Amino acid sequence: MATLTELTPKLAPMEPVPFVVRSIRDELSDTFTLELDPPDGVFEFLPGQFTMLYVFGIGEVPISVSGDPAQPSTLVQTIRGVGAVTYALRQVRPGDVVGVRGPFGTEWPLAEADGHDIVFVAGGIGLAPLRPAIYSVLANRQRYGKVVLLYGARSPSDMLFTQELLEWGGRYDVDVLITVDNADRQWRGAVGVVTKLVRRAPFDPHDTVAMVCGPEVMMRFSAQELEGRGVPQHRIHLSMERNMKCGIGLCGHCQFGGRFVCWQGPVFSYDELAPLLLVKEV
Amino acid sequence: MPETLVLDRSGLASILSELRARDYLLVGPTIQQEAIGYGPIDSLDDLPQGWTNVQSPGASHLERRDDERLFGYVVGPHSWKKYLMPNEVVIWRGERTDTGFETVPPEPAPAYALFGVRPCEVAAIAVQDAVFMPTDRVYRERREAAFIVAVNCTQAGANCFCTSMGTGPAVGEDAVFDIAFTEVDRNGTLAYLVEAGSDDGAAVLQTVVGAEPASDADLAMLESVLQEAAASVTKTMDTDGIHDLMLANLRNGYWEDVGGRCLACTNCTMVCPTCFCNTVEDTMTLDGTTAERTRKWDSCFSIDFSYIHGGPLRMTPEARYRQWLTHKLATWFDQYGTSGCVGCGRCITWCPVGIDLTAEVAALRRVDARQGLSVPLPEVMA
Repeated sequence: MATLTELTPKLAPMEPVPFVVRSIRDELSDTFTLELDPPDGVFEFLPGQFTMLYVFGIGEVPISVSGDPAQPSTLVQTIRGVGAVTYALRQVRPGDVVGVRGPFGTEWPLAEADGHDIVFVAGGIGLAPLRPAIYSVLANRQRYGKVVLLYGARSPSDMLFTQELLEWGGRYDVDVLITVDNADRQWRGAVGVVTKLVRRAPFDPHDTVAMVCGPEVMMRFSAQELEGRGVPQHRIHLSMERNMKCGIGLCGHCQFGGRFVCWQGPVFSYDELAPLLLVKEV
Repeated sequence: MPETLVLDRSGLASILSELRARDYLLVGPTIQQEAIGYGPIDSLDDLPQGWTNVQSPGASHLERRDDERLFGYVVGPHSWKKYLMPNEVVIWRGERTDTGFETVPPEPAPAYALFGVRPCEVAAIAVQDAVFMPTDRVYRERREAAFIVAVNCTQAGANCFCTSMGTGPAVGEDAVFDIAFTEVDRNGTLAYLVEAGSDDGAAVLQTVVGAEPASDADLAMLESVLQEAAASVTKTMDTDGIHDLMLANLRNGYWEDVGGRCLACTNCTMVCPTCFCNTVEDTMTLDGTTAERTRKWDSCFSIDFSYIHGGPLRMTPEARYRQWLTHKLATWFDQYGTSGCVGCGRCITWCPVGIDLTAEVAALRRVDARQGLSVPLPEVMA
């Protein structure tokens, strides 16, 4: 006879923890970054993980951490205002309190990338979930081979973290290639989708770990381009987005095939996903 | 082999009395809105005595029996998840404070005694246990507080296929319950052959007055009654290789056929005893001082279920039906090591257009892409 105790309890957090808002900064017309003070002074997370951010009485949304893992005294999250909760988050002021659950999910494969070239491919706000990994890699730059960041934005005015892009692009040990879908008259850079940058990026395809984040269609084509250059599927990693209500594998919303994006992802290796990415409406 | 006892009707009633004395909230089958539903009961008199339910795809109605059995019917539209994983339950409450907000300690979970749980439902509870017990405090508290009285089936409905799924008509050896019994005709009188499935169950049975040990003849009769019940199951589902069948046919144009019949009404997921998908609703009192998060049942058939910024990912009914069926019969194994279907047949009975998943599985087998037989993909899914 089986007993209930055979199912080991591993209770996951269902209660939002109050964090005080330290600052709020506009990044783009619809995108902003919150800096939050953890109640016990430390918020440990792994690059690629996300939290469930809660506005009292309004609701909760999954948001990737965009800050530096080496500075866990602040929780940094970059948010695009697209719905009721993210609009409410835009209204908070320093000193206000928001709720946090997490961190949840899988991380970018920085250990696996040790000793190899790294290619980051980011589309739009997809740069935000990659930024903690970029910070980590640059802080331990000597561990890796070539480091390449490919970034695509809709237009020059939609480019996220421009100050840091300039800074990273100015380093001799990082290659930053940027493209926009729609240029304006001042733009002197590349025009076109980010997937096109893969072909001319300087990395050794047979010794590279790729980390890709952006809209699903952009990730699918980026992965195909990377594979086309010879990067094996298991060395390509994508961060998936799905509807999430709980973040802890209980609500069923984030299922992608048999996988729960919330705890088995959001970061997956492409060989796990490739067959499913070809099926519509999974 | 636990000891089997024979009780008469008053003996069975004394189980209810004992459970009430132990402060359980008694819930069991009753007649509600011309169907068998689960609700509060005070005594055996509240049960659908002398009634049965007749089912077919998309239809169910009650009929009088020619005897006075208390359990002469099969499952109705309700399942016990309405008590263990209720459609509306507050999973968090917070109050505004000077410095922000704080969590209000949760109220203790209600302790239900579920009286009359069918073997397929015992299996369904085990399926939801695998989903929720490891991580969900709210479910765990309700589940640990609950007392389960199972009743074996002595007849099958037209949509029952528990024998294909290995969940019935009697509780299995690995089943988790407190007490299980079978209603039998013993020399012209209804009697109840009862066994304990837990220490709690044994303790309750010890309080029953007038229980006598089952004789060899009783046990032989029990075995033949349960064999007859198994033989009365007419519907079958071929589960051989069903996991791979589903996943090898994600791009089969077959799904458009069933999608064309499916209304995406969500009925199947609401009546399903294992469907666990849920959503949350955050609300606040008008004065802004107290906020609640309420968990509600959700369905992969609703269009908002897959919504992310930009729109729903599963626009078409065929994509939503495929998600439901492949989850039930394939990816559930990957996630929880068990089928998501227990063969209760509710989704067939309460489908307004009578879609029968056993027939759909058979239809998919006939166009299995691995045999080069797949239906061409419709343009929208190509």
